[in-house]
Amino acid sequence: MKAVKIIAWIALIAFVVIQFFPVDYNQSETVPDTDFMLVNDVPSDIQNKLQVSCYDCHSNNTQYPWYSKVQPIAWFLEGHIKEGKAELNFNEWDSLSSRRKASKLRSIVKQIENGEMPLASYTLIHKEATFSEKEAQRVVKYMENLKDSL
Amino acid sequence: MSKLKLVLGIVAIAFVTLTAVSCKDAKTDKNNSTEHHSEMNADGDHSKMNHDNSDGHHDGEKKEMAMNGNGASQAVLNDYFNLKDALVADDNAKAKNLGAVLAKSLGSLDISKYTEEEKSELKEIIEDAVEHAEHISESDIAHQREHFKVLSKDMADMIAITGTSMTIYEQYCPMYDNNKGGAWLSMNEEIRNPYFGAKMLKCGKVQREIN
Repeated sequence: MKAVKIIAWIALIAFVVIQFFPVDYNQSETVPDTDFMLVNDVPSDIQNKLQVSCYDCHSNNTQYPWYSKVQPIAWFLEGHIKEGKAELNFNEWDSLSSRRKASKLRSIVKQIENGEMPLASYTLIHKEATFSEKEAQRVVKYMENLKDSL
Repeated sequence: MSKLKLVLGIVAIAFVTLTAVSCKDAKTDKNNSTEHHSEMNADGDHSKMNHDNSDGHHDGEKKEMAMNGNGASQAVLNDYFNLKDALVADDNAKAKNLGAVLAKSLGSLDISKYTEEEKSELKEIIEDAVEHAEHISESDIAHQREHFKVLSKDMADMIAITGTSMTIYEQYCPMYDNNKGGAWLSMNEEIRNPYFGAKMLKCGKVQREIN
């Protein structure tokens, strides 16, 4: 019984200590001129959807809920966001060549169609980020048209 | 009481060894690498030297191959064809390796001899192709084939600029990608479908001959 208590104490101390480890928060006040929404004529409902479902990991600014600042959740998110931005950063959209834009749009369409994005671990907490069938169709259609217009 | 001591002891030892080991690892790594350097600088370790020599030789060979025919683009094409063959054989693991190889040869493609306009176009093609090759190096086979489709377009566009000394066949399977179709390049006229593999090995036709 005592042993359990000791371990619980150690776990608690470890938990408290890791709260003091620094995390790189993905936050930015400004939206660069190269942003997807600024260079493309995006209908407002699609803008909203992208903002809610994609921008947390695919832009320079994440809307952090309070619990995301608690370790080790913050570390977990940090890794995800870093990876997400490396793959696609909507804020830097216009710095891509047409060829790469086409590639990205193709991937966006495929990932939404196959339900691979947004990640299940993300929609688990952000219910509103889930794509309904209708929303998916609409966004996919928009992205496909955009690709054809490049 | 003794149980408590035991647990405390184990935790303490685990903690100390963990930190000690992780610190030590980093340190010995550093030491090792500096040692190797000094060994190589001095006339010591012969096997090391030989090894290095053979490595250098390899690089030389690669460069030589790249110099053949139409310059470095030939090395890229060879790696692309190897990757295509792995997809024809439904070999996910091999395609992963070859995707990484292709990403590397794309990265070392020499574009200095082209005009400014061609350079910027080639740069875009390479950037895009590297990304697809990297994805291929870490995906399941369905994803690999998706990326291979776009990669094939990049390769065709690259050849349009760099040219090629051999005859290349652009082949096309209308059924891939939910009947949207997919093209690929091959050195052989005979159809071996990289999008379906054994499932539909001979589905497709030659749609263009590139010389």
